[in-house]
Amino acid sequence: MNVVGRSYRIPLPALAAASLVLVTTALAMAFYVVPNDADQGFSQRVFYFHVPIAFTAYACFAGGAWKAFRHLWKRDPNADLESYVAVHQGLIFGSLVLITGSIWAKISWGHWWLWSEDQLVLFLVLFLFYSAYFMLRFSVDPGPQRANLSAVYALFGVVLIPVSFLAIRIAKHFIHPIVFTSNVSSNLPGWMLVTYCVAQVALLVLAYTLYRVELSGKWLDARIRELRTA
Amino acid sequence: MTTAEKYVTAAYCAVFAIVLVYVVLIALKLHRLEREVGELERRRSAEPAVEDERETAGVG
Repeated sequence: MNVVGRSYRIPLPALAAASLVLVTTALAMAFYVVPNDADQGFSQRVFYFHVPIAFTAYACFAGGAWKAFRHLWKRDPNADLESYVAVHQGLIFGSLVLITGSIWAKISWGHWWLWSEDQLVLFLVLFLFYSAYFMLRFSVDPGPQRANLSAVYALFGVVLIPVSFLAIRIAKHFIHPIVFTSNVSSNLPGWMLVTYCVAQVALLVLAYTLYRVELSGKWLDARIRELRTA
Repeated sequence: MTTAEKYVTAAYCAVFAIVLVYVVLIALKLHRLEREVGELERRRSAEPAVEDERETAGVG
């Protein structure tokens, strides 16, 4: 199956500039605009990157599953590589979630990790599941079989996303804070919500930029391999 | 600097460092690919010259 690449409407330099501006704005807002949280104090500022990074990781895994579905359904020649890159991005953002979450847990709970917390363990399960995706992918020779196996695996993993997200909502006792309830405006008043939204957009744009950069590299690599074997 | 401030700074620095390492790795890979493209281009530009020599040798 030949990889042909895809043309996009938004050029990569524009995306890179947008992500730089948005991430800088989000950082400035998180440190200089939002007030200290009444309950958690200064440490709550981790939230403005930790939660958007978590949602970005979910989005990457979901994007990878969508591309895997397109590979299996439409036989789109680019979809396998796109799915692989999206899962890779998800794993990078997933590792950032685990690191920032652990740091926040150390400040708030006094522990780097709590095995009794469903939210943490389920996110770790999701992370390890997608880590194993790479073991599966690179244990099979390149070709249609590898693409199909990877696609099925990426598609199965998407089931873990709602489970991970809903874990703290269905748990009977928990200490992980819940911000996004039906009353989000009282949990995140004024500038807190604005800052969170800016950070969320910034991280999604950053993830998409990195996805495009990595993908262009992969396409170039695939094209060079084809030319070498031709 | 309070303990909370130190931890928050560490969290943001970790995010920055990991993204930076990732960008550097991608940049190195793109640099390698550029080199390979250059090598392929050089090979391609060398091939027609060989064909021209053959054509001139075959005249007669």
